[in-house]
Formats: sequence, C-alpha cells, structure tokens
Amino acid sequence: MSGGEEDKAHRAVERVARESYGRLVAYLSVQTQDVAGAEDALSEALLRALTAWPRDGVPQNPEAWLLTAARRSLIDFFRHQKVVSASEPDLLLFTQGPAETSVEPNFPDERLKLLFVCAHPAIDPAMHTPLMLQTVLGLDAIRIASAFLVPPKTMGQRLVRAKTKIRDAGIRFEVPEKHQLPERLEAVLEAIYAAFGIGWDDMAGVDQRGGRGLAEEAIWLGRVLLQLLPGEAEVQGLLALMLHCEARRDARRDRDGRYVPLSEQDPKLWSIPLIEEAERHLAEASRYERPGRFQLEAAIQSVHAERGRSGRIEWAAIAQFYEQLNRISPTIGRRTGYAAALAEANGAEKGLAVLDAIEQEAVSAYQPYWAVRAHLLELLGRNTEATRAYDRAIGLAEDPAVREFLLKKRR
Amino acid sequence: MQFALLIYESPQAFASRKSDGTDSYTGAWRAYHKALVESGAFVGGDPLEIPDTGTTIRIKDGKRGVQDGPYADTKEQLGGFTILELPSLDAALEWAARCPAASYGAVEVRPLAPDTKRRIVE
Repeated sequence: MSGGEEDKAHRAVERVARESYGRLVAYLSVQTQDVAGAEDALSEALLRALTAWPRDGVPQNPEAWLLTAARRSLIDFFRHQKVVSASEPDLLLFTQGPAETSVEPNFPDERLKLLFVCAHPAIDPAMHTPLMLQTVLGLDAIRIASAFLVPPKTMGQRLVRAKTKIRDAGIRFEVPEKHQLPERLEAVLEAIYAAFGIGWDDMAGVDQRGGRGLAEEAIWLGRVLLQLLPGEAEVQGLLALMLHCEARRDARRDRDGRYVPLSEQDPKLWSIPLIEEAERHLAEASRYERPGRFQLEAAIQSVHAERGRSGRIEWAAIAQFYEQLNRISPTIGRRTGYAAALAEANGAEKGLAVLDAIEQEAVSAYQPYWAVRAHLLELLGRNTEATRAYDRAIGLAEDPAVREFLLKKRR
Repeated sequence: MQFALLIYESPQAFASRKSDGTDSYTGAWRAYHKALVESGAFVGGDPLEIPDTGTTIRIKDGKRGVQDGPYADTKEQLGGFTILELPSLDAALEWAARCPAASYGAVEVRPLAPDTKRRIVE
C-alpha cells in the first residue's frame, strides 16, 4: 500500500475517533454499565484500526467496524475474567448479539445517558467535568489535568476511581425521571459551563495545542445536549450564555496582546453570527417561561451585546438580573458582579456597600472582588485603600495580560 | 502542610530586575507577595542573586572541585523560593499558577520533608 493510502487510513481513524468517540463510548457503556471497560475496548479497537485500515482499506461504515472490534475485545475480556456480575445477563445479550456484520449502521445515540452518569450526585462534583471531557469528548488525562491544575498522575487516578464508582455503585445509565430532571440537568449544565469557564480563562492558549480549546468543546457539548434534550429552557440558556461570551473572543485583547475590559471592547470585533445565534436561543428559552440561572446570566451578556447597537450599557438592567440571580443562589462571583453593575448604575458608594457586606474570609483569594473593589475605591478618591486592593488583585491574577492591565491602573 | 515554590527564571527575567522597582517585574512580585502574606499562606522565602554569582563546589575522590556559576547548566535557573503553609497540593498549585514566574518562567511545587528534617535535627 502506498504512503498516501496509509495516511488516508490514519486520518480516517483520527476523524472517527474525534467525531464518534463519545457516541461509541456511550453506546458501549450503556450495554455494559462499565465506562472504563467501554473505553478500554474502544481504544483497542482504534489500535486495531490503525493496522487494519491501511492494509484492507477504510471500511464503508467505520463506526460499525469499531463497534464490532470493541465488542470482540469485550468478549475476550469476559472470557478471561469469567466474571459474574449483576450485569452479566445484559452482557451476554450484548456480546452474543447479532452477527458482527449486522451492527446497526445507525446505532442509538446514548450520550445523554452518559452525560447524566458523569454528573450523577453520587460522583464527586469536582469530577463531573473531567469525566465528561474524557468519556464524551475523548480528551486525555494529561490535558484535563492541565486545565484543572492537578498533577496528571493524580487526575488519572481520580478518573479511574470515579469510573470504578460508576460501575461498582451500579449507577444506572438512564435519563432521569421527569420529577428529578431539573436538579439532575443542572449538574450536567454546571459541568459543561465549568469546562467553558476554564477554556475562557485560558487566553494564553495553553490549552489549544493540538485541538479545539475547551471553550469550543463546551459549546459543542451544549449543542449536543440541546439536540438530545430539546425543549429545556436552561439548556438553551446555557448555550446562549456561552455563545455570547465566545462572540467576544477576538475583542478581549488588543493588537499587542493587552487585556481589554468588556465595557471598553470594540463591538466591531464581536462576532455578529454568534451573537444572533445566542439571541435566538435566549428568545426561544424565554418562551417556556421557566427562568433559571443560565438564562439570567445569558440575559446579562445580552445587555452587554446590545451596546453594539445602542452604544451604551444598560447597567440598571444588569444590576436587576444580578439581583435575581442572587435570589436564586448567591455566589461570591454574582455578588461581585452585582456590586460592579450597581456602582455603574447608582454610584460607586452603593457598589462598595455590597462588597463590604461580603465576608472577608470568602474573598481572600477571589481575584475579581479585589479588582472591582480597587476600581470603586479609586473612583471615590480613597487612593491608599485602592492601591492596597489593586495589589491584592494583581497578586491573585493568573493571566499575565490581566496582571499588566491592573499594574498600569495601580500607578 | 508546607510547600516550597521553586522559581525558575530566564536570563531576560533576571536582567529585568536591574531597575529601580517601578517596573512591572517588581510590581507583579510585590503584589504577589502581599497577596500571599494577607492570605496567611506565606511562611518565608527570598529571591536569589543572578546565577552568575553562584559558585558550585563538590568533593569527588577526596579532591575538591570548584566551578564558577550554578550547578545545573540550563537556560532557566533557580531565581528564588517561597515556603507556603497550605492545606493541600491543590491549593499550592493554585498559588503557583498565580506566581508571576509561572507566565514567564516555571514554578516547581515541592512539599517540604518534615520527617526527614526531624531525623536530621534530633
């Protein structure tokens, strides 16, 4: 076989791994109730494809080929183990299923069940996002570890432990019943948003090497979720929120790489198609008349986007949305956001009062609090205190561009 | 638990120290130090003089060997260290990520070895 054909086969393996990884893992997991086993079987199948496809040509239905190969690995594994487990009947059914050539070309998309398993209440919330990134998107532990500031070995162990728990605790691969859905869905949405947040903070692009950034991966997950679970207002709210933020990616740094705060960004650099898509989702979500935190956060971003047309920011509207958000569930981030918006709408004094009401313990390492506080103190002419607050904000900044920006303001 | 943050810096970073303290290198470090102190994590630490000022000595087969400059011949050199008291490695890594050197050099996080120390000190 020529080198060109071999390259073609390798690219085909990569493409299927990229596009169908989550669907294949989800399908195999639902059959076996064992995510780790499903992942191992799929890795083996991918390895086999790397030898077989260049030799025999890329199969007509690559996904079906991989499923068959993964099944064979699972059969081998169970023959070796001769395990007796609660799920054995399912397994027998699965492994003795239809002849290998007849794997349904359109095997069902079970990713929704896998998403709910990853964000199951029995799993440590800190592991919800890493599990999703690995099982649904196929990201490796090293990349996930970097995103979460955890040593790669530790992240690997935590992922293994979480998957063992899924199997041993008998967490069911199913879409929750209607009465449980809102709460369970929130955990899924939080996990996707956490991935987006990490990708969003990573302006230096450390994470972007060799693939899409985490922010794009999160948006992609949001789209998958919407497709699998239409008619959920908060799913569309989350998607609208992420798209609004993503629309401003190019405006966040100037030509020399300097940080530009949102209210000073040039709206001409915002992506109109992304903003329009975000607005469409937000409008559709509001039709269900089931408000929620993600719709409110998206609404705040929508007000900012409005500046592109009107030239001004309706700070009073933003403050109001933050107030509602804090009524649902107050966090330091939202209270800080409320303080900043209230200061713009009603004066720095009012904003500072909101900041003063937050317990000092909670904000000792929360960078945005100190940045907003410094700014408000400066506006009020309390320069000594402002300098001290700037120092805290600078010292807690991780992004060098933000650090530089604050250093300039401090002078 | 105590952790050491070992700060590795490039020749350019060492060179940028030579100013009067109004530069962003010093400003960033001053702010980082204040944030560490005010959070209660700071135990101790110091910057080191530039690597050229180092002298390395070792005795091999009873013979003294003295070498100009630092021990390791690498581009990025140890430029200082900070000792922090923190509940976990996760917290230490968070502070390491905020360290100015994390974006222009590298920061190694290592737990101190109190058991070894006790055996030595006893």
